[in-house]
Amino acid sequence: MSPTLVRRSLRREFLIPFFIGCILPCVVGMFGIALRAQDKNPFAGNANAAKVGESQFRANCAFCHGLGARGGGRGPDLTRAQKRHGNADADLFRTINEGVPGTAMPPNGATQQGVGMTEEEVWQVITYIRSVQKKADAQAAGNAAHGRELFYGSAACANCHMVLGKGGRLGPDLTTTGSARSLDYLVESVRNPSKRLAQGISEAMKEFSQEYLTVTVVDGGGQQYQGTVLNEDNFTLQMIDTREQLHLFDKGKLQSMEESRQSLMPAYDQKMLPEKDLQDLLAFLLTVDSGAEGAK
Amino acid sequence: MSGRSFCAGATRFVVLAWVGQQRAGQAPPLQVRRAVVLFCSVVFVVLTVCTGVARGQVTPQRLLDSAGEPQNWLMYSGDYAGRRYSMLDQITTANASGLVPKWAYQTMAGGKFETTPLVVDGVLYGTGQDDRAYALDARSGRPIWQYQRALPADIRPCCGRVNRGLAILGDNVFLGTLDAHVIALDAKTGNVVWDVTSADYRSGYSFTLAPLAIRNLVMVGVSGGEYGIRGFIDAYDASSGVRKWRFYTTPGPGEPGHDSWEGDSWKIGGAPAWITGTYDPATNTTFWTTGNPSPSNRGAGRAGDNLYSNTLLALDPETGKLKWYFQFTKHDEHDYDATQVPVMIDQGEKHLIVQANRNGFFYIIDRATGKLISSNAYAKVTWSTSKDVEGRPTLDKNGSPTLEGNRVCPGAAGATNWMSPTYDPQTKLFYVTAREQCDIFSTAPQTFEKGHAYYGSAYFPNDDAEPFWGALRAIDPLTGGLKWEWKHPSPTWSGVLSTAGGVVFTGDAEGNFIALEAKSGKVLWHFQCGASVYSSPMSFAVDGQQYVAVAAGSALFTFGLP
Repeated sequence: MSPTLVRRSLRREFLIPFFIGCILPCVVGMFGIALRAQDKNPFAGNANAAKVGESQFRANCAFCHGLGARGGGRGPDLTRAQKRHGNADADLFRTINEGVPGTAMPPNGATQQGVGMTEEEVWQVITYIRSVQKKADAQAAGNAAHGRELFYGSAACANCHMVLGKGGRLGPDLTTTGSARSLDYLVESVRNPSKRLAQGISEAMKEFSQEYLTVTVVDGGGQQYQGTVLNEDNFTLQMIDTREQLHLFDKGKLQSMEESRQSLMPAYDQKMLPEKDLQDLLAFLLTVDSGAEGAK
Repeated sequence: MSGRSFCAGATRFVVLAWVGQQRAGQAPPLQVRRAVVLFCSVVFVVLTVCTGVARGQVTPQRLLDSAGEPQNWLMYSGDYAGRRYSMLDQITTANASGLVPKWAYQTMAGGKFETTPLVVDGVLYGTGQDDRAYALDARSGRPIWQYQRALPADIRPCCGRVNRGLAILGDNVFLGTLDAHVIALDAKTGNVVWDVTSADYRSGYSFTLAPLAIRNLVMVGVSGGEYGIRGFIDAYDASSGVRKWRFYTTPGPGEPGHDSWEGDSWKIGGAPAWITGTYDPATNTTFWTTGNPSPSNRGAGRAGDNLYSNTLLALDPETGKLKWYFQFTKHDEHDYDATQVPVMIDQGEKHLIVQANRNGFFYIIDRATGKLISSNAYAKVTWSTSKDVEGRPTLDKNGSPTLEGNRVCPGAAGATNWMSPTYDPQTKLFYVTAREQCDIFSTAPQTFEKGHAYYGSAYFPNDDAEPFWGALRAIDPLTGGLKWEWKHPSPTWSGVLSTAGGVVFTGDAEGNFIALEAKSGKVLWHFQCGASVYSSPMSFAVDGQQYVAVAAGSALFTFGLP
């Protein structure tokens, strides 16, 4: 046997079984203990911890979730009793530490900008969130069933927006918007959609998400297209037009291209959507994500 | 000839001479052999002491004469002046449109990839996320060795597990680590030659910069302005790793500048020095810049100018003694680090240091005295509308962060940041990445706790409908005036390289690596790297072929003519 083979066979005959039999259970056991330690908030109800947590929140979370945790254009309103990714302390701890895959929520310490929080600091932030959290979600006063009718019917939202796989493609999917944005933001988005354009694709290392800009182009052949920007850089444009066709352009080959921060979505004023209908629509968007809508 | 081979040769010569005089086969007497060995030992020691690390591949003289070997990239900024200018001219404005990828090297690591590699005699030395280091065949990209530091599990570096590159001297390359060690690696094998602990990472100290080698010293500046550290610049003996001096960037009791801090705030005053300095051999002065005072966005508790935060320091490399200083932002409350490479420019009788500062002003400083010559905004600025008697922009009263938040330009990431600018001696223009982003600065009162984040602040993107953008700006460094700009759709973290072929290179947040005409800003070529560029490009040549290299995503890309 060559020395290499001896080493390999040692590894096979001794080290691997030793690892599986002894070290692995120890590691898993320790991990299990660690996990159990993360189930409960050691500062629950502690006003001082909530105060420290507020500072941590401002420094680490408010960038997306807003001052006072009431949400912003980027992150959900955390004062709601219902949290989309779990309500228990352990859920919040996990969400903060591990992030939410497929969303803009990064794992703790992985924003590439700040320091990140210790376990203790994460619990302080959770204590703070609990301190500003409402007892129960204020149910939107409206009638969700009627809101659903409006969405797919006379308000024509579904021409451009999808909910649970049904609807149009020109605007953002609204399935999770009810739980991911504050009520104020939802109202503003309906009444004045151009004020803050919705955010589309977020690329892993890019700081800012693409916005739903309105774009009108004339291609090399003189054909005009209008639609929303799915993504772009200095040299290329990826857009979807009002007929839901994808167009992928080399900007240098276009005859013209005009971008606008005027959303293609009409501003739904009181005349187009009376207050009561707006409340019904919001009630629908808020219930969509609770699962009740999915069962229908 | 090395001391060792000299000795072997001398012994053989003496022995053979002896043999020639005596009968064949008879060894010289013991005394003679002893005398020869003694003589050789003395010669060896003398040679070693006299030449120091100069015996190795990269002598201090080679670093001084880097202009004589344009095919190599011997230090972070390409030369001691910090110009990030390559004298290679194979890639020109006429042929840049034909650039093609030559090879890519994947670190397979996530996060920001900020390295500027070195190239010496056909070997490329780079770093990567999580304190990786590697040597590659610069012609093929194939690895010769790879090193990764076993980092402690409890490090929490601010702003990503990044590293910006190596220094090389003698037969070693030098790495500053996230757990605040300085390490010498054998350039041929990657073996650890020495490893010294510089500070306690548990208190928030780390290294992210590429060290700077001067004579027989390796210089580093510390990161950690987010923790309430006490910043410093260190110099280590390159052969032994013994620390020769330390310059604390917050003066202690009895030292000049100490009274610029309230109470004991200097002890946790930050002022890290996390970008590589420059060096003027003519006056034997090394120039280093420092970052924010801690906590970064809360001035309460640290009344005073807070020296030497946000400062350009002129140090004697032999002793670490301060020759002069210039503070860009006094008593900073916006995280306006001055950690941008201080670039030396000589035009006629003028010997200058210029800096496009994170606070939005372009400063021109007399290199001999540290006196400010001029300061002009090169990006949108709202924090200052007045200047002091020296001509230094001063903070407006209503510019300070408040609990509710106060909108200020530039934002927290600055009008530029650590990404390198470049000075092109042909166009006589200075090129810098500018970021047009304003933020709402809000205080977040925090008590100091060792090793914990200590910003005292929060910031948010401003809520108005104005989207953020960026630009590559060409500035006349004698006036600070704008010559041209190339707009980026969003703010970028890419540095800039200028080359003798009249081409400048930069990247963008959308993943493009772009070649532009240095004179006009006209785009000549671009390549989609697939991830935002968070690094500063460089250029080298092997076998007469010029390459341009840039890190993006987890890959180091190289480009050249077909």
